[in-house]
Amino acid sequence: MGRGLLLPHAKRLMLFPRPRGFSASAASTREPLHVCVVGSGPAGFYTAEKMLKAHEGVQVDIIDRLPTPFGLVRSGVAPDHPETKIVVNQFSRVAANARCSFFGNVTLGSDVSLAELRGTYDVVVLAYGAESDRSFGIPGENLRGIHSAREFVWWYNGHPDMHNLVPDLQNTDSAVVLGQGNVALDVARILLRCTTKLASTDIAGHALDALKSSTIRKVYLVGRRGPVQAACTAKELREILGLQNVHVCIKEGDLATSPADKEEMRNSRIKRRVHELLSKAATMHKEKNSNDQKELHFVFFRKPTRFLPSEGGSTVGAVELEKTLLKDDAVTGNQVAVGTGEFEDLKCGLVLKSIGYKSLPTEGLPFDNYKGVVPNLRGRVLSSESETTTVEAGLYVVGWLKRGPTGIVATNLHCAEETVASILEDDRNGVFMAPSDSRRQGRKGLLEILEQKNARYVPFDGWEKINSEEKIAGQLKNKPREKITTWDELLKAANGG
Amino acid sequence: MFSRIFQLGTRLLRETRAGGNLTSNSINSSYYQGQLSRHSAPAKSILFSTATSSHEGSEDKEKISVTFVNKDGSEQTISVPVGMSMLEAAHENDIELEGACEGSLACSTCHVIVMDVKHYNKLEDPTDEENDMLDLAFGLTETSRLGCQVIAKPELDGVRLALPAATRNFAVDGFVPKPH
Repeated sequence: MGRGLLLPHAKRLMLFPRPRGFSASAASTREPLHVCVVGSGPAGFYTAEKMLKAHEGVQVDIIDRLPTPFGLVRSGVAPDHPETKIVVNQFSRVAANARCSFFGNVTLGSDVSLAELRGTYDVVVLAYGAESDRSFGIPGENLRGIHSAREFVWWYNGHPDMHNLVPDLQNTDSAVVLGQGNVALDVARILLRCTTKLASTDIAGHALDALKSSTIRKVYLVGRRGPVQAACTAKELREILGLQNVHVCIKEGDLATSPADKEEMRNSRIKRRVHELLSKAATMHKEKNSNDQKELHFVFFRKPTRFLPSEGGSTVGAVELEKTLLKDDAVTGNQVAVGTGEFEDLKCGLVLKSIGYKSLPTEGLPFDNYKGVVPNLRGRVLSSESETTTVEAGLYVVGWLKRGPTGIVATNLHCAEETVASILEDDRNGVFMAPSDSRRQGRKGLLEILEQKNARYVPFDGWEKINSEEKIAGQLKNKPREKITTWDELLKAANGG
Repeated sequence: MFSRIFQLGTRLLRETRAGGNLTSNSINSSYYQGQLSRHSAPAKSILFSTATSSHEGSEDKEKISVTFVNKDGSEQTISVPVGMSMLEAAHENDIELEGACEGSLACSTCHVIVMDVKHYNKLEDPTDEENDMLDLAFGLTETSRLGCQVIAKPELDGVRLALPAATRNFAVDGFVPKPH
């Protein structure tokens, strides 16, 4: 209790008692299995939960580079989706388990290396997600006013790394969102939604202020392919189509389906339902309601070819789009968009690129740069430096780092199940057995490494202090919480305020 | 008819009680139970209070028999008071049905597969919102539902619900696959 940020002192190791009271099972006859999970988002927490449930002799340490846990549940899930965040109750119960500890403010690569973790833990599970973005690689991409959707989402969700993003929402009436997945729909909805509705969410204070004075009235959602290929889910689409005072524009011609489209829809319930929703919206919204103050345009069959500056400025003024057609890709069997050589400019003062997150490698980790994931077999990390592929003993991946940046919170449940099954199988096969003189130290070893580097970590009760401070600040504003959005203040709050 | 089902329900309840613990015989079962009862406690008090309050205190309340088929194929038969959701019933009985959003229709983790088409057809059609979540459910079948949206009623007595598992396929009674 009341540990806050730990300064190096001798007594702190006693705060982590060895697990006691094992029943007379096979697990009690051996040393604990030391597991470190890197990343405390859904993939990390589901992995920890399943390991703790399945193995009585396991000790799980979860490290995260932020002082706050829960990854994208905190910094990704939109503020107006509070129900999706309820899962943190479950994750908090996992963290409260006596055999589980959280070490926030610990960065893999700088505070502790992968090699050090592998030297001190029997099992290292990498669950650090995807903290970068795919890019188009087209001219003008560095103009001001062009951001990745991830940066914008982190900004409105109060991620401390995007506190200083400050997107300009006042120099234009039009924003272009490139991409039509759920993240694209999220950022479009936040730009269009009435701010009195947002004011009662946990949106970051700086974002709410900026949105209140936003002059953006039109949002264009641009996709290379058609309505059948849109990557969003019906839930998100239904929500944005139902926004108050927003006129939805969908060209009915875009909704026509080819035999290949029909085949795609036959094979996918979600595609059928998404297409159905768009078709309904296209007919419903034909007449513009006089109350509609804002517009949402679905722009299909267009791909960006370059970003054009505004007159004499370094800020984006338009996106050049090329019309596309769908063609069958012989290799993948998917329909892909190919340019037609016909171009048009779409004027705007803000561009949000929402074409996918990208994972980053870390030193000593096999990484597939093309796919942006760690090569793995059911979660076991594969190394292919030599001629033959080998398994990196004791090293695993889960979540976006394992399968790429797609899916919902629940996708990680099954992803974690698979990785945990691999770990348990390897444990049964004696993969983690070490001679008694070289037993791995687990938590004790991590604490020693952090102490050597004078790295101050934030334990789970440090997060709980942040949590209660945010909730108290939120009460004053009728918000579920007022997020603390800078590193300094987060660390101060974790340390007891 | 109601009374017959009612009797059946109480008989099953007695049998269930007489049978003692229904959990699997794995080494970890005691730990599982500890975890799960802790797990379900807050959910009960916060989210499900309205669903249970009307039933509490009445010994002879109407119950139905529900069998859960776990991921490992083992089965647990429980009695569920009419009006209670399958998610809540599962959690009260330490059945490993996930419930990430605690019944607020914002996730698909309490996905169950109704194993008999006759019972499936006795359910109200899923709402658009439930269907939106089912779109994303892992291992979706033609008789899939969300456990939080299936509410115990007399017609469902004897219903069998399977938890979807990555490694298992099974046949749903009475279901004829559509030709492709």
